Amino acid sequence: MKKIVIADDEHKIIMTLEYAFKKAGYEVFIARDGSEVLELLKTEIPDMILLDIMMPNIDGYTTLAEIKKDKNLDKTKVIFLSAKTGEADVKKGLELGADDYITKPYSIKKLTERVEELLK
Amino acid sequence: MAIYVGPIIIIPSWIYLNSKIIRISRVNKISSIADFIGLRYGNSRSLSAIIALVCILAIIPYIALQIKSISETFHLITVTENSTSILFDSSTYVVIIIALFSSYYGTKYVDASEKRLGIISAVAAESFFKLIFFVILGLFVVYGVFNGFEDIYRQAEKLPDFAAKNSFNGLEGSFNWFLMLMLSMSAIFLLPRQFHTAIIENRKEKHIKTAIWLFPLYLLIFNFFVFPIAWGGKILFFGQDVNPELYSILIPQKFGNIFISTLVFFGGLSACISMIIISSISLSIMLSNNIIIPYGWLDKFKSENDTDNTKSIVNIRKVSIFLLIISGFIFYKYLLLGKSLFSIGLVSFVLIAQLGPSFFGAIFWRRGTYAGSVSGIIVGVLLCFLGLILPSFSENFVQSEFYQSEFFSFFKIPYLSPITQIFFWSMLVNSALFILISANTVSNYRERNYAELYVDIDDYIQNHENAYIWKGTANVSDIQKILVRFLGQKKTEQALKIFNLKYNITDESDTADSRFIKFSENLLSGRIGTASAKILIEGVTKEDKISLPEVLQILEESKENISINKQLSEQSSQLLKLSGDLQVANINLIEKDQQKDEFLDSVAHELRTPLTAIRATSEILLDDEDMPAELKKDFLKNIISESDRLNEIINDILYLDKLETGTISLHISENNIIETFKKSLKPLLHLFDQRHLHHSEVHLLENEIYRFDEQRMIQVFQNILGNALKFTNEQGMIQTKFQEKDDQLKISIFNTGKTIPEEDLEFIFDKFYQSKNQNLRKPIGSGLGLAICKKIMIAQNGNIEVKNKEIGVSFEIYLPKENESVPNADDQNM
Repeated sequence: MKKIVIADDEHKIIMTLEYAFKKAGYEVFIARDGSEVLELLKTEIPDMILLDIMMPNIDGYTTLAEIKKDKNLDKTKVIFLSAKTGEADVKKGLELGADDYITKPYSIKKLTERVEELLK
Repeated sequence: MAIYVGPIIIIPSWIYLNSKIIRISRVNKISSIADFIGLRYGNSRSLSAIIALVCILAIIPYIALQIKSISETFHLITVTENSTSILFDSSTYVVIIIALFSSYYGTKYVDASEKRLGIISAVAAESFFKLIFFVILGLFVVYGVFNGFEDIYRQAEKLPDFAAKNSFNGLEGSFNWFLMLMLSMSAIFLLPRQFHTAIIENRKEKHIKTAIWLFPLYLLIFNFFVFPIAWGGKILFFGQDVNPELYSILIPQKFGNIFISTLVFFGGLSACISMIIISSISLSIMLSNNIIIPYGWLDKFKSENDTDNTKSIVNIRKVSIFLLIISGFIFYKYLLLGKSLFSIGLVSFVLIAQLGPSFFGAIFWRRGTYAGSVSGIIVGVLLCFLGLILPSFSENFVQSEFYQSEFFSFFKIPYLSPITQIFFWSMLVNSALFILISANTVSNYRERNYAELYVDIDDYIQNHENAYIWKGTANVSDIQKILVRFLGQKKTEQALKIFNLKYNITDESDTADSRFIKFSENLLSGRIGTASAKILIEGVTKEDKISLPEVLQILEESKENISINKQLSEQSSQLLKLSGDLQVANINLIEKDQQKDEFLDSVAHELRTPLTAIRATSEILLDDEDMPAELKKDFLKNIISESDRLNEIINDILYLDKLETGTISLHISENNIIETFKKSLKPLLHLFDQRHLHHSEVHLLENEIYRFDEQRMIQVFQNILGNALKFTNEQGMIQTKFQEKDDQLKISIFNTGKTIPEEDLEFIFDKFYQSKNQNLRKPIGSGLGLAICKKIMIAQNGNIEVKNKEIGVSFEIYLPKENESVPNADDQNM
């Protein structure tokens, strides 16, 4: 079973993603901010991380930079999910090494399809 | 007496006259009275030479007088006899030392229009000491020798000529007295020494104002003791043949007071020396700049090296000073022995006064011409010579038929003293000639040009080079070569740079215009005098003649130009200010624009977050038909609550906008703050219970009635309390305290729990701040609540602040005790 981490500080958004990916057959891990993500990665090596950018304590950018430093996580894919839709924001996210940048609000269907595509 | 009163009377006119003369001199780099008058009448070489001659003629006896008093008092104090042989007279060597010192010290600067601060300070110190010494002497005579003023006058009354000396002697005496007054008044302007210290050495025009009260005061203190000392001397030496000028030394000496007589000697000595030095410096400048250099010496400055030329100028001046003092000494030795100090001094004054008509005419009368000036001065001086100088040195002349003739006695006014008589006639003839001849001759364009420049100096002071009229062909490089010869390469380049900057000249063309010619003449004038400067510049330029109407037209244009220039520069400075204001406004707008952009970004972000939840939830509900009923209900509830949140954000944005633009009016009235707080708390109480939080209130108020908008206050209280509810830890507590502090009502709402990071404290009232800062826990609200609270409090002349406490956070709300002024829309627009 593929492992996926959902990192967002909005409870209601987490609920939807958790439901959708569990139904699609993933093992789902929840993190409410960047520090929880990094904590989680100490024990788990997920296949995919869905990362919000504007989170308390440690933001998405910093979290991704930390992930990139860890060689164990070479194969882990990262998708930014963000309400920041400016071109510069998207560019910055991709330059940091994210596999994709999807702007909010998104279609759950398209998001799951994209995740599956990346994990093939 | 009149000699001292004259200057005191004329002094107030200094402000006007001297500031005018100073401006003219500064603008034209004038270094002597000969330059001043000569320049006005067409920068005339011959006129300034004549004036220089008159000055030398008049002042050498004056220097001789000073030398006389030095040598006589020197002999008096050292109790030695005046030797008939120059070589064995000790005073000869004193004079030589003074001459050497003056010629060295007086020529430290080549540029004669340069200010010599050292000399002026020395003169000031000398005058001060002289006054002190004189006061000491006066006190000694009045109280030491006699018993006060009364005693002196009582004893003096018994003297035969007391009454005569103490009255005006009727109408005739008054007329005498009046003429003496006029004489001393003109001398204070025209004496080369006076002109030099008052005009050339003047550094700031406002110094004239100080001189106006200081100088008369100085003379008054002096005069206060002159009479008692003079009468005291007459009483003490009655019947003896004693020179009254030496009373001041003889009186203390008679009583054996060596200290005071030495003091007076040194006071007098230093005064004489300073007069000699200043007089000889000013004369030497004239002698070199107006006679020696323009007549013959100019060709000697062929050297391309400026230091050589400078050295020759300095040497000319050195020799001049030395020769002037020595000739003064010779004059004293062979012509002056035994003559009274007073009368020789007056003859000098009368001679110098001959410059008066041309001098004052230069400042006030445009029509004055070279011919008028020259004839007036020459005839005036001639009259002085015939009437005063010849008779006093030549017995033969006095006995001659001419002097005794009918013609001569026709002009004798019986009740006038010889000096006032000649003063009267010479001035009358001089002025009449000046006026009549000037009126009947046509001035050339150069005279007319300077006439305008002198009379209307205030119009031209700014860009005076513009007012100089010159037409012809000239090359900058030729003129530059001359400048280098006198100023050196470096100084010339510097001067040209200043010139180009002043007139915004950027083109490299070699053609010199009138401004450049005048500028260059000025540069040279200080060194070699105005006349020689003109001659030098003329040597390398070719000037066309201009007609008089043309001159007037050009001057008129230049005046207009100057006023247009003034207007333009005023306008441009206004424009500059305006553009500065615009720039600031633009920066503010850009900043506002950026803030607006950021705000919109934040709004978009804030709106997208609930929208994301709503969209995703709806999508799941739509696709997933076999979802458990319980979960389905939760999801639907989420859609509703997120929709409410969207609405709340939109409402807050609109509300904040209204607060900012001031479209919400406040309803400030008297309310009970405790009641208002209770109203705010009531709907929240069940939430406190739900979370098991304890709320307490502390009342420290005497007065509970304040002026505020109750609805807005409720909004603020609920917002802060709501915030506290969110962040208070489980089992924590919230405490609200009411107190009066520094004439303000202070309400602190404190909650236990996590403190706010220090770096966030100052931004916490910014819009959407919470959502922008990742370190801050996100509230459930719109992110605009605190921003709204701040706006509301400031609109009511109050404030809101946040402070970290040891175990939590305290929001402090302030309201003024007296909130009388209902803030207007502008005040709310913050």
